[in-house]
Amino acid sequence: MFKNLIKTFLLTELGKGLSVTFRHLFVRKVTVQYPEEKAPQSPRFRGLHALRRYPNGEERCIACKLCEAVCPALAITIESDVADDGTRRTSRYDIDLFKCIYCGFCEEACPVDAIVETRIHEYHMESRGENIMTKDKLLAVGDKYADMIAADKAADAPYR
Amino acid sequence: MPEIQNFTLNFGPQHPAAHGVLRLVLEMDGEVIQKADPHIGLLHRATEKLAESKPFNQTIGYMDRLDYVSMMCNEHGYVMAIEKLLGITPPLRAQYIRVLFDEITRILNHLMWLGAHGLDVGAMTMFLFCFREREDLMDCYEAVSGTRMHATYYRPGGVYRDLPETMPKYQPSKHRNESDLKRLNEDRSGSLLDFIESFTERFPGCVDEYETLLTDNRIWKQRTVNIGVVTPERAKQLGFSGPMLRGSGIAWDLRKKQPYEVYSELDFDIPVGATGDCYDRYLVRVEEMRQSNHIVKQCVDWLRANPGPVVLDDRKLSPPSRIEMKDDMESLIHHFKLFTEGYCVPEGESYAAVEHPKGEFGVYLVSDGANKPYRVKVRAPGFAHLSAMNEMVEGHMLADVVAVIGTQDIVFGEIDR
Repeated sequence: MFKNLIKTFLLTELGKGLSVTFRHLFVRKVTVQYPEEKAPQSPRFRGLHALRRYPNGEERCIACKLCEAVCPALAITIESDVADDGTRRTSRYDIDLFKCIYCGFCEEACPVDAIVETRIHEYHMESRGENIMTKDKLLAVGDKYADMIAADKAADAPYR
Repeated sequence: MPEIQNFTLNFGPQHPAAHGVLRLVLEMDGEVIQKADPHIGLLHRATEKLAESKPFNQTIGYMDRLDYVSMMCNEHGYVMAIEKLLGITPPLRAQYIRVLFDEITRILNHLMWLGAHGLDVGAMTMFLFCFREREDLMDCYEAVSGTRMHATYYRPGGVYRDLPETMPKYQPSKHRNESDLKRLNEDRSGSLLDFIESFTERFPGCVDEYETLLTDNRIWKQRTVNIGVVTPERAKQLGFSGPMLRGSGIAWDLRKKQPYEVYSELDFDIPVGATGDCYDRYLVRVEEMRQSNHIVKQCVDWLRANPGPVVLDDRKLSPPSRIEMKDDMESLIHHFKLFTEGYCVPEGESYAAVEHPKGEFGVYLVSDGANKPYRVKVRAPGFAHLSAMNEMVEGHMLADVVAVIGTQDIVFGEIDR
Protein backbone atom coordinates (compact mmCIF):
# COMPACT_ATOMS: atom_id res chain seq x y z
CA MET A 1 0.00 0.00 0.00
CA PHE A 2 2.66 2.45 1.08
CA LYS A 3 4.91 1.25 -1.72
CA ASN A 4 2.15 1.81 -4.25
CA LEU A 5 1.62 5.31 -2.95
CA ILE A 6 5.27 6.16 -3.46
CA LYS A 7 5.15 4.63 -6.93
CA THR A 8 2.12 6.70 -7.79
CA PHE A 9 3.66 9.96 -6.67
CA LEU A 10 7.12 9.39 -8.07
CA LEU A 11 5.75 8.44 -11.53
CA THR A 12 8.14 5.47 -11.59
CA GLU A 13 6.48 3.55 -14.41
CA LEU A 14 6.25 6.64 -16.59
CA GLY A 15 9.91 7.34 -15.88
CA LYS A 16 10.86 3.80 -16.87
CA GLY A 17 8.92 4.12 -20.10
CA LEU A 18 10.47 7.47 -20.89
CA SER A 19 13.93 6.08 -20.20
CA VAL A 20 13.31 3.47 -22.90
CA THR A 21 12.43 6.14 -25.43
CA PHE A 22 15.33 8.28 -24.24
CA ARG A 23 17.73 5.38 -24.66
CA HIS A 24 16.51 4.99 -28.20
CA LEU A 25 17.76 8.47 -28.99
CA PHE A 26 21.26 7.04 -28.94
CA VAL A 27 20.58 3.63 -30.44
CA ARG A 28 21.65 2.97 -34.03
CA LYS A 29 18.94 4.06 -36.43
CA VAL A 30 17.16 1.43 -38.48
CA THR A 31 15.94 3.89 -41.11
CA VAL A 32 16.85 3.01 -44.68
CA GLN A 33 17.66 6.09 -46.74
CA TYR A 34 15.40 5.28 -49.66
CA PRO A 35 15.85 5.80 -52.64
CA GLU A 36 19.62 6.18 -52.37
CA GLU A 37 19.76 3.05 -50.28
CA LYS A 38 17.38 0.13 -50.61
CA ALA A 39 16.25 -2.65 -48.35
CA PRO A 40 17.44 -6.13 -49.34
CA GLN A 41 15.30 -7.83 -51.92
CA SER A 42 14.83 -11.54 -52.39
CA PRO A 43 15.50 -13.16 -55.78
CA ARG A 44 11.99 -14.60 -55.47
CA PHE A 45 10.49 -11.11 -55.48
CA ARG A 46 7.36 -10.79 -57.58
CA GLY A 47 7.20 -7.37 -59.19
CA LEU A 48 6.77 -6.04 -62.70
CA HIS A 49 6.39 -8.66 -65.41
CA ALA A 50 8.78 -9.27 -68.26
CA LEU A 51 8.96 -11.53 -71.29
CA ARG A 52 12.32 -13.18 -71.83
CA ARG A 53 14.29 -14.20 -74.89
CA TYR A 54 16.71 -17.03 -75.50
CA PRO A 55 20.40 -16.02 -75.62
CA ASN A 56 20.24 -16.04 -79.45
CA GLY A 57 17.52 -13.38 -79.37
CA GLU A 58 14.60 -15.67 -80.14
CA GLU A 59 11.43 -15.07 -78.15
CA ARG A 60 10.78 -17.73 -75.55
CA CYS A 61 7.00 -17.46 -75.54
CA ILE A 62 5.28 -20.07 -77.69
CA ALA A 63 1.72 -18.88 -77.06
CA CYS A 64 0.67 -21.98 -75.13
CA LYS A 65 -1.65 -19.74 -73.11
CA LEU A 66 -1.05 -21.56 -69.83
CA CYS A 67 -0.51 -18.23 -68.08
CA GLU A 68 -3.76 -16.91 -69.49
CA ALA A 69 -5.56 -20.00 -68.21
CA VAL A 70 -4.03 -19.95 -64.75
CA CYS A 71 -4.31 -16.21 -64.10
CA PRO A 72 -6.83 -15.84 -61.24
CA ALA A 73 -7.49 -12.19 -62.03
CA LEU A 74 -7.90 -12.71 -65.80
CA ALA A 75 -5.28 -10.03 -66.34
CA ILE A 76 -3.57 -11.70 -69.30
CA THR A 77 -4.89 -11.60 -72.86
CA ILE A 78 -3.15 -13.56 -75.59
CA GLU A 79 -3.75 -13.92 -79.30
CA SER A 80 -1.58 -16.29 -81.28
CA ASP A 81 -0.52 -16.45 -84.88
CA VAL A 82 2.04 -18.14 -87.09
CA ALA A 83 5.16 -16.00 -87.39
CA ASP A 84 7.10 -15.41 -90.60
CA ASP A 85 9.50 -18.25 -89.80
CA GLY A 86 6.60 -20.65 -89.38
CA THR A 87 6.72 -20.85 -85.58
CA ARG A 88 3.77 -20.33 -83.29
CA ARG A 89 4.04 -16.91 -81.65
CA THR A 90 1.85 -14.46 -79.82
CA SER A 91 0.51 -11.63 -81.92
CA ARG A 92 -0.80 -10.00 -78.81
CA TYR A 93 0.29 -10.42 -75.22
CA ASP A 94 -1.27 -7.94 -72.81
CA ILE A 95 -1.07 -7.85 -69.03
CA ASP A 96 -3.34 -5.42 -67.26
CA LEU A 97 -1.31 -4.28 -64.29
CA PHE A 98 -4.41 -2.98 -62.54
CA LYS A 99 -6.02 -6.41 -62.61
CA CYS A 100 -2.88 -8.35 -61.78
CA ILE A 101 -2.64 -9.54 -58.18
CA TYR A 102 1.06 -10.51 -58.44
CA CYS A 103 0.45 -14.08 -57.31
CA GLY A 104 3.22 -15.46 -59.52
CA PHE A 105 1.10 -18.25 -61.02
CA CYS A 106 1.93 -17.15 -64.58
CA GLU A 107 5.62 -17.59 -63.91
CA GLU A 108 4.95 -20.90 -62.19
CA ALA A 109 2.89 -22.14 -65.14
CA CYS A 110 5.16 -21.04 -67.99
CA PRO A 111 6.82 -24.17 -69.43
CA VAL A 112 9.54 -22.19 -71.23
CA ASP A 113 10.35 -19.58 -68.53
CA ALA A 114 9.15 -16.81 -70.83
CA ILE A 115 6.88 -14.76 -68.58
CA VAL A 116 8.57 -13.86 -65.31
CA GLU A 117 7.96 -11.50 -62.46
CA THR A 118 11.04 -9.39 -61.84
CA ARG A 119 12.28 -7.57 -58.79
CA ILE A 120 11.29 -4.22 -60.30
CA HIS A 121 8.75 -2.61 -58.04
CA GLU A 122 9.27 1.09 -58.71
CA TYR A 123 7.22 1.99 -61.75
CA HIS A 124 4.44 4.36 -62.48
CA MET A 125 1.93 5.34 -65.12
CA GLU A 126 1.22 8.86 -66.28
CA SER A 127 -1.82 8.44 -68.47
CA ARG A 128 -4.69 6.08 -69.06
CA GLY A 129 -3.89 2.92 -70.90
CA GLU A 130 -0.32 2.70 -69.69
CA ASN A 131 -1.43 0.08 -67.21
CA ILE A 132 -1.63 -2.39 -70.09
CA MET A 133 1.76 -4.01 -70.57
CA THR A 134 1.83 -4.90 -74.23
CA LYS A 135 4.09 -7.52 -75.72
CA ASP A 136 6.62 -4.89 -76.86
CA LYS A 137 6.79 -3.32 -73.42
CA LEU A 138 7.18 -6.70 -71.74
CA LEU A 139 9.95 -7.74 -74.11
CA ALA A 140 11.65 -4.38 -73.59
CA VAL A 141 11.68 -4.94 -69.84
CA GLY A 142 13.01 -8.43 -70.41
CA ASP A 143 15.81 -7.17 -72.69
CA LYS A 144 16.80 -4.29 -70.46
CA TYR A 145 17.10 -6.40 -67.32
CA ALA A 146 18.08 -9.69 -68.98
CA ASP A 147 21.12 -10.28 -66.77
CA MET A 148 19.34 -9.43 -63.54
CA ILE A 149 16.40 -11.69 -64.38
CA ALA A 150 18.68 -14.54 -65.39
CA ALA A 151 20.63 -14.24 -62.14
CA ASP A 152 17.45 -14.17 -60.04
CA LYS A 153 15.96 -17.18 -61.79
CA ALA A 154 19.21 -19.10 -61.47
CA ALA A 155 19.29 -18.34 -57.74
CA ASP A 156 15.81 -19.76 -57.30
CA ALA A 157 16.07 -22.65 -59.73
CA PRO A 158 17.18 -25.28 -57.13
CA TYR A 159 13.92 -24.77 -55.23
CA ARG A 160 11.49 -25.11 -58.10
CA MET B 1 -37.55 22.13 -19.71
CA PRO B 2 -37.41 21.14 -23.35
CA GLU B 3 -36.78 17.51 -24.09
CA ILE B 4 -33.13 16.94 -25.09
CA GLN B 5 -32.76 14.29 -27.71
CA ASN B 6 -29.84 11.99 -28.29
CA PHE B 7 -27.22 13.15 -30.71
CA THR B 8 -26.27 10.90 -33.60
CA LEU B 9 -22.64 10.84 -34.60
CA ASN B 10 -21.08 9.28 -37.66
CA PHE B 11 -17.73 7.69 -36.91
CA GLY B 12 -15.78 6.75 -40.02
CA PRO B 13 -15.52 5.34 -42.64
CA GLN B 14 -12.65 7.76 -43.22
CA HIS B 15 -11.67 8.16 -39.60
CA PRO B 16 -8.06 7.10 -39.07
CA ALA B 17 -8.96 5.26 -35.87
CA ALA B 18 -11.70 3.29 -37.61
CA HIS B 19 -9.10 0.73 -38.80
CA GLY B 20 -10.05 0.72 -42.42
CA VAL B 21 -13.57 1.30 -43.56
CA LEU B 22 -15.66 0.86 -40.44
CA ARG B 23 -18.65 3.17 -40.28
CA LEU B 24 -20.11 3.46 -36.81
CA VAL B 25 -23.33 5.31 -36.21
CA LEU B 26 -23.19 6.34 -32.60
CA GLU B 27 -26.14 7.52 -30.62
CA MET B 28 -24.78 9.79 -27.94
CA ASP B 29 -26.13 11.27 -24.77
CA GLY B 30 -23.62 14.01 -24.22
CA GLU B 31 -20.36 12.12 -24.46
CA VAL B 32 -21.79 8.81 -23.33
CA ILE B 33 -22.65 6.21 -25.92
CA GLN B 34 -26.19 4.94 -25.88
CA LYS B 35 -25.99 2.76 -28.95
CA ALA B 36 -23.37 1.88 -31.50
CA ASP B 37 -24.40 0.57 -34.88
CA PRO B 38 -21.54 -0.69 -37.07
CA HIS B 39 -22.18 -0.48 -40.80
CA ILE B 40 -20.16 -2.90 -42.86
CA GLY B 41 -19.79 -3.85 -46.48
CA LEU B 42 -17.60 -1.04 -47.77
CA LEU B 43 -14.77 -3.44 -48.58
CA HIS B 44 -16.90 -6.25 -50.00
CA ARG B 45 -15.02 -7.93 -52.85
CA ALA B 46 -17.08 -11.09 -53.24
CA THR B 47 -14.18 -13.40 -52.45
CA GLU B 48 -16.51 -16.31 -51.75
CA LYS B 49 -18.35 -15.88 -55.03
CA LEU B 50 -15.12 -15.42 -56.99
CA ALA B 51 -13.86 -18.70 -55.58
CA GLU B 52 -16.78 -20.52 -57.19
CA SER B 53 -15.60 -19.60 -60.66
CA LYS B 54 -11.96 -20.64 -60.38
CA PRO B 55 -10.06 -23.88 -59.96
CA PHE B 56 -9.19 -24.51 -56.31
CA ASN B 57 -5.59 -23.34 -56.43
CA GLN B 58 -6.34 -20.01 -58.00
CA THR B 59 -8.24 -18.80 -54.95
CA ILE B 60 -5.24 -19.16 -52.63
CA GLY B 61 -4.06 -15.69 -53.61
CA TYR B 62 -7.43 -14.20 -52.76
CA MET B 63 -7.36 -15.73 -49.29
CA ASP B 64 -4.32 -13.58 -48.48
CA ARG B 65 -6.42 -10.55 -49.09
CA LEU B 66 -9.12 -11.43 -46.58
CA ASP B 67 -7.38 -10.55 -43.36
CA TYR B 68 -4.54 -8.65 -44.92
CA VAL B 69 -2.41 -8.48 -41.77
CA SER B 70 -2.29 -12.23 -41.20
CA MET B 71 -1.99 -13.55 -44.70
CA MET B 72 -0.62 -17.05 -44.43
CA CYS B 73 -3.10 -18.09 -41.73
CA ASN B 74 -5.98 -17.38 -44.11
CA GLU B 75 -4.34 -19.50 -46.77
CA HIS B 76 -3.86 -22.21 -44.20
CA GLY B 77 -7.58 -22.44 -43.42
CA TYR B 78 -8.40 -22.68 -47.10
CA VAL B 79 -5.82 -25.29 -48.06
CA MET B 80 -6.72 -27.35 -45.01
CA ALA B 81 -10.34 -27.47 -46.11
CA ILE B 82 -9.27 -28.73 -49.53
CA GLU B 83 -6.90 -31.25 -47.98
CA LYS B 84 -9.68 -32.57 -45.78
CA LEU B 85 -11.88 -33.21 -48.79
CA LEU B 86 -9.05 -34.79 -50.73
CA GLY B 87 -8.07 -36.86 -47.70
CA ILE B 88 -4.38 -36.03 -47.92
CA THR B 89 -1.75 -35.09 -45.36
CA PRO B 90 1.19 -32.90 -46.35
CA PRO B 91 4.74 -34.10 -45.62
CA LEU B 92 5.98 -33.46 -42.10
CA ARG B 93 8.44 -30.79 -43.19
CA ALA B 94 5.65 -28.89 -44.95
CA GLN B 95 3.60 -29.06 -41.75
CA TYR B 96 6.46 -27.60 -39.76
CA ILE B 97 6.99 -24.84 -42.32
CA ARG B 98 3.30 -24.04 -42.11
CA VAL B 99 3.35 -23.88 -38.33
CA LEU B 100 6.52 -21.76 -38.48
CA PHE B 101 4.89 -19.27 -40.78
CA ASP B 102 1.56 -19.35 -38.95
CA GLU B 103 3.38 -18.28 -35.83
CA ILE B 104 5.43 -15.66 -37.65
CA THR B 105 2.12 -14.41 -38.98
CA ARG B 106 0.69 -14.32 -35.47
CA ILE B 107 3.58 -12.16 -34.32
CA LEU B 108 3.14 -9.95 -37.39
CA ASN B 109 -0.54 -9.54 -36.67
CA HIS B 110 -0.11 -8.86 -32.96
CA LEU B 111 2.65 -6.34 -33.66
CA MET B 112 0.37 -4.54 -36.07
CA TRP B 113 -2.42 -4.67 -33.51
CA LEU B 114 -0.20 -3.45 -30.69
CA GLY B 115 1.18 -0.61 -32.78
CA ALA B 116 -2.21 0.52 -34.02
CA HIS B 117 -3.94 0.08 -30.67
CA GLY B 118 -1.15 2.03 -28.97
CA LEU B 119 -1.35 4.77 -31.54
CA ASP B 120 -5.13 5.00 -31.20
CA VAL B 121 -4.86 5.43 -27.49
CA GLY B 122 -1.98 7.88 -27.72
CA ALA B 123 1.25 5.90 -27.59
CA MET B 124 2.99 6.93 -30.79
CA THR B 125 6.25 5.19 -29.88
CA MET B 126 4.59 1.78 -29.93
CA PHE B 127 3.75 2.14 -33.58
CA LEU B 128 7.34 2.87 -34.52
CA PHE B 129 8.80 0.13 -32.32
CA CYS B 130 6.39 -2.51 -33.58
CA PHE B 131 7.02 -1.69 -37.21
CA ARG B 132 10.74 -2.03 -36.65
CA GLU B 133 10.27 -5.71 -35.75
CA ARG B 134 7.61 -6.26 -38.39
CA GLU B 135 10.18 -5.29 -41.01
CA ASP B 136 12.30 -8.36 -40.18
CA LEU B 137 9.32 -10.70 -40.34
CA MET B 138 8.24 -9.17 -43.63
CA ASP B 139 11.71 -9.98 -44.91
CA CYS B 140 11.10 -13.62 -43.95
CA TYR B 141 7.87 -13.53 -45.92
CA GLU B 142 9.68 -12.05 -48.88
CA ALA B 143 12.55 -14.50 -48.73
CA VAL B 144 10.23 -17.47 -48.78
CA SER B 145 7.41 -16.39 -51.07
CA GLY B 146 8.61 -13.35 -53.00
CA THR B 147 6.15 -10.87 -51.55
CA ARG B 148 6.13 -9.04 -48.29
CA MET B 149 2.41 -9.47 -47.70
CA HIS B 150 0.28 -11.46 -50.14
CA ALA B 151 2.35 -14.60 -50.09
CA THR B 152 0.35 -17.23 -52.05
CA TYR B 153 2.75 -19.71 -50.50
CA TYR B 154 0.65 -22.60 -49.14
CA ARG B 155 -0.63 -25.24 -51.50
CA PRO B 156 -2.91 -28.20 -50.91
CA GLY B 157 -0.42 -30.92 -50.09
CA GLY B 158 2.33 -28.71 -48.73
CA VAL B 159 3.93 -25.40 -49.57
CA TYR B 160 5.22 -24.06 -52.88
CA ARG B 161 8.99 -23.94 -52.34
CA ASP B 162 11.47 -24.95 -49.69
CA LEU B 163 13.03 -22.34 -47.42
CA PRO B 164 15.91 -20.52 -49.11
CA GLU B 165 19.49 -21.26 -48.07
CA THR B 166 20.56 -17.63 -48.45
CA MET B 167 19.11 -14.35 -47.36
CA PRO B 168 19.24 -11.21 -49.49
CA LYS B 169 21.80 -8.71 -48.20
CA TYR B 170 22.12 -4.99 -47.89
CA GLN B 171 24.03 -3.52 -50.82
CA PRO B 172 26.75 -0.88 -50.42
CA SER B 173 25.54 2.69 -50.65
CA LYS B 174 26.85 6.12 -49.79
CA HIS B 175 24.96 6.04 -46.51
CA ARG B 176 26.72 2.97 -45.18
CA ASN B 177 30.38 2.39 -44.55
CA GLU B 178 31.94 -1.04 -44.53
CA SER B 179 31.50 -1.80 -40.84
CA ASP B 180 27.89 -0.63 -40.96
CA LEU B 181 27.20 -2.95 -43.84
CA LYS B 182 28.91 -5.82 -42.10
CA ARG B 183 26.79 -5.30 -39.01
CA LEU B 184 23.56 -5.09 -41.03
CA ASN B 185 24.36 -8.21 -42.98
CA GLU B 186 25.50 -10.21 -39.99
CA ASP B 187 22.12 -11.88 -39.46
CA ARG B 188 21.73 -12.35 -43.18
CA SER B 189 24.94 -14.25 -43.77
CA GLY B 190 23.32 -17.65 -43.25
CA SER B 191 20.06 -19.23 -44.34
CA LEU B 192 16.53 -18.03 -43.69
CA LEU B 193 16.39 -20.31 -40.66
CA ASP B 194 19.48 -18.61 -39.20
CA PHE B 195 17.84 -15.25 -39.79
CA ILE B 196 14.64 -16.36 -38.05
CA GLU B 197 16.62 -17.81 -35.18
CA SER B 198 18.50 -14.59 -34.57
CA PHE B 199 15.13 -12.85 -34.61
CA THR B 200 13.70 -15.20 -31.98
CA GLU B 201 16.70 -14.48 -29.77
CA ARG B 202 16.24 -10.74 -30.11
CA PHE B 203 12.46 -10.60 -29.95
CA PRO B 204 11.74 -11.33 -26.25
CA GLY B 205 13.84 -8.28 -25.42
CA CYS B 206 11.73 -6.20 -27.76
CA VAL B 207 8.54 -7.44 -26.10
CA ASP B 208 10.02 -6.47 -22.74
CA GLU B 209 10.53 -3.01 -24.17
CA TYR B 210 6.90 -2.76 -25.27
CA GLU B 211 5.81 -3.91 -21.84
CA THR B 212 7.99 -1.34 -20.10
CA LEU B 213 6.26 1.31 -22.13
CA LEU B 214 2.70 0.09 -21.63
CA THR B 215 1.98 -2.56 -19.02
CA ASP B 216 2.35 -0.41 -15.93
CA ASN B 217 1.80 2.89 -17.63
CA ARG B 218 -0.99 4.75 -15.84
CA ILE B 219 -2.28 6.44 -18.98
CA TRP B 220 -2.50 3.10 -20.78
CA LYS B 221 -4.26 1.58 -17.78
CA GLN B 222 -6.71 4.46 -17.51
CA ARG B 223 -7.63 3.95 -21.12
CA THR B 224 -7.96 0.17 -21.03
CA VAL B 225 -8.75 -1.21 -17.57
CA ASN B 226 -12.46 -1.94 -17.20
CA ILE B 227 -13.21 -0.77 -20.71
CA GLY B 228 -15.28 -3.07 -22.89
CA VAL B 229 -15.72 -5.79 -20.30
CA VAL B 230 -17.16 -9.05 -21.63
CA THR B 231 -18.11 -11.79 -19.20
CA PRO B 232 -17.08 -15.36 -20.07
CA GLU B 233 -20.70 -16.44 -20.54
CA ARG B 234 -21.47 -13.53 -22.80
CA ALA B 235 -18.24 -14.04 -24.77
CA LYS B 236 -19.33 -17.60 -25.54
CA GLN B 237 -22.84 -16.52 -26.47
CA LEU B 238 -21.50 -13.88 -28.82
CA GLY B 239 -19.35 -16.39 -30.66
CA PHE B 240 -16.04 -14.87 -29.66
CA SER B 241 -12.84 -16.74 -30.38
CA GLY B 242 -9.13 -16.23 -30.12
CA PRO B 243 -7.69 -13.59 -27.78
CA MET B 244 -11.11 -11.99 -27.35
CA LEU B 245 -12.40 -15.18 -25.77
CA ARG B 246 -9.21 -15.94 -23.87
CA GLY B 247 -9.18 -12.40 -22.53
CA SER B 248 -12.47 -13.23 -20.82
CA GLY B 249 -10.85 -16.17 -19.09
CA ILE B 250 -11.84 -19.12 -21.25
CA ALA B 251 -8.89 -21.28 -22.19
CA TRP B 252 -10.01 -22.09 -25.72
CA ASP B 253 -7.41 -22.43 -28.40
CA LEU B 254 -7.82 -24.60 -31.49
CA ARG B 255 -4.09 -25.32 -31.46
CA LYS B 256 -4.64 -27.14 -28.17
CA LYS B 257 -8.26 -28.26 -28.38
CA GLN B 258 -8.26 -29.58 -31.95
CA PRO B 259 -4.57 -29.78 -32.81
CA TYR B 260 -3.91 -29.51 -36.51
CA GLU B 261 -0.58 -29.90 -38.33
CA VAL B 262 2.13 -30.50 -35.71
CA TYR B 263 0.86 -28.35 -32.87
CA SER B 264 0.37 -31.40 -30.67
CA GLU B 265 4.14 -31.99 -30.69
CA LEU B 266 5.10 -28.48 -29.79
CA ASP B 267 5.43 -27.02 -26.36
CA PHE B 268 3.52 -23.83 -25.70
CA ASP B 269 1.00 -22.36 -23.27
CA ILE B 270 -2.18 -20.48 -23.88
CA PRO B 271 -2.54 -17.32 -21.81
CA VAL B 272 -5.94 -16.39 -20.41
CA GLY B 273 -7.22 -13.15 -18.93
CA ALA B 274 -9.27 -12.67 -15.79
CA THR B 275 -11.67 -9.78 -16.16
CA GLY B 276 -12.27 -9.61 -19.91
CA ASP B 277 -11.46 -5.94 -20.34
CA CYS B 278 -9.23 -4.27 -22.91
CA TYR B 279 -6.23 -4.45 -20.59
CA ASP B 280 -6.54 -8.22 -20.15
CA ARG B 281 -6.80 -8.75 -23.86
CA TYR B 282 -3.67 -6.65 -24.23
CA LEU B 283 -1.84 -8.88 -21.74
CA VAL B 284 -3.10 -12.02 -23.46
CA ARG B 285 -1.89 -10.89 -26.87
CA VAL B 286 1.49 -9.80 -25.59
CA GLU B 287 1.98 -13.19 -23.95
CA GLU B 288 0.86 -14.86 -27.16
CA MET B 289 3.69 -13.10 -28.96
CA ARG B 290 6.15 -14.61 -26.50
CA GLN B 291 4.59 -18.06 -26.92
CA SER B 292 4.64 -17.77 -30.70
CA ASN B 293 8.27 -16.82 -30.51
CA HIS B 294 8.87 -20.00 -28.51
CA ILE B 295 7.03 -22.12 -31.12
CA VAL B 296 8.99 -20.51 -33.95
CA LYS B 297 12.20 -21.46 -32.18
CA GLN B 298 11.13 -25.10 -31.88
CA CYS B 299 10.14 -25.22 -35.54
CA VAL B 300 13.48 -23.75 -36.61
CA ASP B 301 15.33 -26.42 -34.67
CA TRP B 302 13.27 -29.21 -36.20
CA LEU B 303 13.48 -27.85 -39.73
CA ARG B 304 17.26 -27.56 -39.47
CA ALA B 305 17.63 -31.20 -38.54
CA ASN B 306 15.09 -32.66 -40.97
CA PRO B 307 15.41 -31.84 -44.65
CA GLY B 308 12.92 -33.40 -46.99
CA PRO B 309 10.13 -32.76 -49.45
CA VAL B 310 7.83 -29.82 -48.80
CA VAL B 311 4.97 -30.84 -51.03
CA LEU B 312 3.24 -34.14 -51.70
CA ASP B 313 4.75 -36.18 -54.48
CA ASP B 314 1.41 -36.64 -56.22
CA ARG B 315 1.35 -35.49 -59.81
CA LYS B 316 -2.42 -35.22 -59.81
CA LEU B 317 -2.20 -32.50 -57.15
CA SER B 318 1.12 -30.76 -57.29
CA PRO B 319 3.07 -29.87 -60.42
CA PRO B 320 6.35 -31.66 -61.16
CA SER B 321 9.68 -29.89 -60.71
CA ARG B 322 10.85 -27.64 -63.54
CA ILE B 323 13.60 -30.04 -64.55
CA GLU B 324 11.26 -33.02 -64.65
CA MET B 325 8.69 -31.04 -66.56
CA LYS B 326 11.17 -30.09 -69.26
CA ASP B 327 12.62 -33.57 -69.59
CA ASP B 328 9.68 -35.88 -69.46
CA MET B 329 6.55 -35.88 -71.61
CA GLU B 330 4.30 -37.32 -68.93
CA SER B 331 5.39 -34.67 -66.46
CA LEU B 332 4.71 -31.99 -69.04
CA ILE B 333 1.20 -33.31 -69.52
CA HIS B 334 0.67 -33.27 -65.77
CA HIS B 335 1.99 -29.72 -65.70
CA PHE B 336 -0.43 -28.59 -68.39
CA LYS B 337 -3.36 -30.42 -66.83
CA LEU B 338 -2.69 -28.90 -63.40
CA PHE B 339 -2.33 -25.34 -64.61
CA THR B 340 -5.37 -25.37 -66.86
CA GLU B 341 -7.92 -27.66 -65.31
CA GLY B 342 -6.45 -28.07 -61.85
CA TYR B 343 -7.61 -31.09 -59.93
CA CYS B 344 -11.04 -32.42 -59.09
CA VAL B 345 -12.04 -32.75 -55.49
CA PRO B 346 -14.41 -35.55 -54.46
CA GLU B 347 -18.00 -34.63 -53.81
CA GLY B 348 -18.71 -33.63 -50.24
CA GLU B 349 -18.29 -30.90 -47.74
CA SER B 350 -15.62 -29.99 -45.23
CA TYR B 351 -14.96 -27.43 -42.57
CA ALA B 352 -11.43 -26.59 -41.56
CA ALA B 353 -10.62 -24.09 -38.87
CA VAL B 354 -7.29 -22.66 -37.84
CA GLU B 355 -6.36 -20.63 -34.81
CA HIS B 356 -5.92 -17.41 -36.68
CA PRO B 357 -4.29 -14.53 -34.75
CA LYS B 358 -7.75 -12.98 -34.39
CA GLY B 359 -9.67 -16.12 -33.50
CA GLU B 360 -11.18 -19.09 -35.26
CA PHE B 361 -10.80 -18.67 -38.99
CA GLY B 362 -12.82 -21.37 -40.70
CA VAL B 363 -13.44 -22.29 -44.28
CA TYR B 364 -16.52 -24.32 -45.15
CA LEU B 365 -16.19 -25.92 -48.52
CA VAL B 366 -18.80 -27.71 -50.57
CA SER B 367 -17.63 -29.60 -53.60
CA ASP B 368 -19.79 -31.19 -56.28
CA GLY B 369 -16.88 -33.16 -57.65
CA ALA B 370 -15.73 -30.51 -60.11
CA ASN B 371 -12.42 -28.69 -60.31
CA LYS B 372 -14.01 -25.64 -58.70
CA PRO B 373 -15.66 -25.36 -55.31
CA TYR B 374 -19.43 -25.39 -55.39
CA ARG B 375 -19.51 -23.03 -52.45
CA VAL B 376 -16.93 -21.51 -50.13
CA LYS B 377 -17.97 -19.91 -46.89
CA VAL B 378 -15.44 -18.09 -44.79
CA ARG B 379 -15.99 -17.83 -41.07
CA ALA B 380 -14.21 -14.64 -40.14
CA PRO B 381 -13.52 -14.13 -36.44
CA GLY B 382 -13.69 -10.36 -36.75
CA PHE B 383 -17.32 -10.48 -37.80
CA ALA B 384 -18.48 -11.96 -34.50
CA HIS B 385 -16.31 -9.54 -32.58
CA LEU B 386 -17.63 -6.52 -34.42
CA SER B 387 -21.19 -7.68 -33.81
CA ALA B 388 -20.52 -7.25 -30.12
CA MET B 389 -19.48 -3.63 -30.58
CA ASN B 390 -22.79 -2.25 -29.33
CA GLU B 391 -22.60 -4.27 -26.15
CA MET B 392 -19.00 -3.46 -25.49
CA VAL B 393 -19.20 0.31 -25.84
CA GLU B 394 -22.62 0.94 -24.36
CA GLY B 395 -22.32 3.38 -21.48
CA HIS B 396 -18.71 4.22 -22.25
CA MET B 397 -17.36 7.56 -23.43
CA LEU B 398 -16.71 8.41 -27.05
CA ALA B 399 -12.95 8.08 -26.65
CA ASP B 400 -13.40 4.50 -25.41
CA VAL B 401 -14.90 3.47 -28.74
CA VAL B 402 -11.42 3.84 -30.19
CA ALA B 403 -9.95 1.63 -27.47
CA VAL B 404 -12.61 -1.02 -28.12
CA ILE B 405 -12.07 -0.97 -31.88
CA GLY B 406 -8.39 -1.39 -31.15
CA THR B 407 -8.87 -4.28 -28.76
CA GLN B 408 -11.18 -6.11 -31.16
CA ASP B 409 -8.38 -6.11 -33.70
CA ILE B 410 -10.75 -5.34 -36.53
CA VAL B 411 -9.64 -5.85 -40.09
CA PHE B 412 -12.20 -5.15 -42.74
CA GLY B 413 -10.78 -7.41 -45.37
CA GLU B 414 -12.15 -10.44 -43.54
CA ILE B 415 -15.35 -8.92 -42.20
CA ASP B 416 -16.59 -7.65 -45.56
CA ARG B 417 -14.82 -10.40 -47.53
